[in-house]
Amino acid sequence: MAITPPTERIWWKEPIAKVELIWIVIAFTWGLVMFFMMIYWHGAGQQNLSNEAYKTTPEQYAAKANAVVEAHTVRDEAGYPVVHPPSGSDVYLIARLWQWWPILELEKGQTYRVHMSSMDWQHGFSLQPTNINISVHPGYDMVVTMTPDQSGEFGIVCNEFCGIGHHMMIGKIYVVE
Amino acid sequence: MATTTEFRTCPSTGLKVHLQAEKLIKANAVAAVVFLAVGGLFGLMVALTRWPAVHLLPAEWFYLVLTGHGLDILLVWIIFFEMAVLYFASAILLNSRLAAPTVAWVAFWMMLIGAITVNVAVLGGNSSVMFTSYVPMKAEPHFYAGLLLFAVGALIGCFVFFGTLVVAKAEKTYQGSIPLVTFGALTAAIIAVFTISSGAIILIPTLLWSLDIISHIDTLLYKTIWWAMGHSSQQINVSAHVAVWYCIIGMVLGARTLSEKVSRLAFLMYILFLQLASAHHLLVEPGISSEWKIFNTSYAMYLAVLGSMIHGMTIPGSIEAEQRAKGYTNGLFEWLRKAPWGNPAFAGMFLSLILFGFLGGISGVVMGTEQLNLIMHNTLYVPGHFHGTVAAGTTLAFMSITYLLVPLIFRREIMFKKLAQIQPYCFALGVAGISLFMMGAGTLGIARRHWDITFADSILSFEVPGTAFLMLGLNGIFAILAALGGLFYIVVVVGSVFFGRRIGDNEKVMDIPATAAVTQYGSAHTVSIPGTVVLVAVFFTSFVLYYFVNWKYLAEVWPLR
Repeated sequence: MAITPPTERIWWKEPIAKVELIWIVIAFTWGLVMFFMMIYWHGAGQQNLSNEAYKTTPEQYAAKANAVVEAHTVRDEAGYPVVHPPSGSDVYLIARLWQWWPILELEKGQTYRVHMSSMDWQHGFSLQPTNINISVHPGYDMVVTMTPDQSGEFGIVCNEFCGIGHHMMIGKIYVVE
Repeated sequence: MATTTEFRTCPSTGLKVHLQAEKLIKANAVAAVVFLAVGGLFGLMVALTRWPAVHLLPAEWFYLVLTGHGLDILLVWIIFFEMAVLYFASAILLNSRLAAPTVAWVAFWMMLIGAITVNVAVLGGNSSVMFTSYVPMKAEPHFYAGLLLFAVGALIGCFVFFGTLVVAKAEKTYQGSIPLVTFGALTAAIIAVFTISSGAIILIPTLLWSLDIISHIDTLLYKTIWWAMGHSSQQINVSAHVAVWYCIIGMVLGARTLSEKVSRLAFLMYILFLQLASAHHLLVEPGISSEWKIFNTSYAMYLAVLGSMIHGMTIPGSIEAEQRAKGYTNGLFEWLRKAPWGNPAFAGMFLSLILFGFLGGISGVVMGTEQLNLIMHNTLYVPGHFHGTVAAGTTLAFMSITYLLVPLIFRREIMFKKLAQIQPYCFALGVAGISLFMMGAGTLGIARRHWDITFADSILSFEVPGTAFLMLGLNGIFAILAALGGLFYIVVVVGSVFFGRRIGDNEKVMDIPATAAVTQYGSAHTVSIPGTVVLVAVFFTSFVLYYFVNWKYLAEVWPLR
């Protein structure tokens, strides 16, 4: 019994019941399947995070973001510039208390190098309703190469708690045909 | 006042009980239950605020209470109770005196003062930084100082446990190897040393930073080391509550383990691999390589998951083998139907096992898969998962063993027996609902730690799917059920401990079927457990299906690279 010492002092030499052994083998094999599934998806799957990231500072990052915003703003919405960058280009998204800036307008089926970094605290990029969730840190410029495959209006919700205005931190991405 | 070497003999178990150890177990258990009550109340308020139709608290109170809920339940309730489990599994089960009771009291007071300090800091309003307290969001210095004091106290408690093992061995208070339950507790204590040290390593600079002595802490570094405490401390819980499961089936049914070797090997897997789980929180962070993520998030090819899957068979298997030996041999499940479902210790333990495996276990592995984390990270799926592990698993297991500790250690009869009988069912149903509906909302993309899913006060607008409102409403209803279950537990335990009938010195309160004859496992290779095989097959099928369904969900989101 589990609350008393085992009767056989040399418990590690006892034979294993067959049913237990079979289960151990199945469970171990399943573990291997799950392990190799992650590696397999890096080759065969479409949804993988890049390992591309750079150290940066809020000032450096904001300067790059501002340059793109100045070059490619197409209109204004609720005080936010709406940026329509050329396909394949570097797009900068700023996370700060408590907004995602600017609004992006992307084309369906085109590919963009979307950069993300925070100006202050940690934030969470949560693109809805497609449901992509990525952490955004201050001091790190993370590059995610995205290919929107649906058109419409998408919300960026902040899903990393960032203080009292956290629930007001909403951004937008438009995907046009 | 008992001197350090006074013992009594337990009339029910025949064990020699060290009076100082018994006092320490009582003190730690009582402190645990007090913080469970406070933290549980906070939790109910969180759920009622997230229920859009109720939306109980204003935003600043919501974030404050959510911080308190995480700290009081995940840290304070569980670690205080674990201290009680450690002292029980060492001094009591080994017939030994507790090493250095004075030091254990120092540990207790450090933990208590630390826990109170943290609560004062949180309720003060300037430390609503959540359980995770990610830099550079800053709490008050006494928030970090309280956490540190609590952590160091717990570390000292672990060393008292190790010391007791040494004392028991040296004084030959038991024969042969330590019991399986003590082995499981030892696993928990070893992981605790790693965990608590990681916590101290990151909290000390954070405290200095909050005092403006250090100017900058890297956010990624903080997250990596913090989670070596934050996630690994949940692995202490797994080891501890698995040990508690074994303890309950031993004490209630007299069930022997199918094989000591397999069960101990499974615990060993925990020691070797569980600490890698810090990676579960870093799967969508910048600047970390996929190789690192894949190796660590899978606990080195899922070897720690293997440990849990083994316990998932050996525990129901042990119950089945014992019940069949008692004559419940009809069909596949007579052994289970005729189990002591009216005994809250057993009922709670079995529900805890099932819910931990099906809800907490499967969702944890799925969410901890490198790419699948993309569709779940920081959504309500995360708290959905860990309410399956920590609330339905650990908390329910600890509640269950309380029904044995009250008569054996507090020596009081359980009061309100009917209420005690329904308590585990009520709590289990509640937390199962919480877990499921939060996971449901998370699958719809709803963020965790979020006050308002209508985004009413923001400049830009966004509409979440209507189903999410339904999910959060159901979550609120089941949270009320869980809170009722928690309230019943507190009423029964506090009532019994203070007003229950005193149990006499020579009075046997339970028939623990412990005789040397039944502890032999020589027949292990001949036991037949067909019912358990069916249960395990159902579990495994659900696991595989659910795993691949989530890959299909992932394949539907935008291509990323």
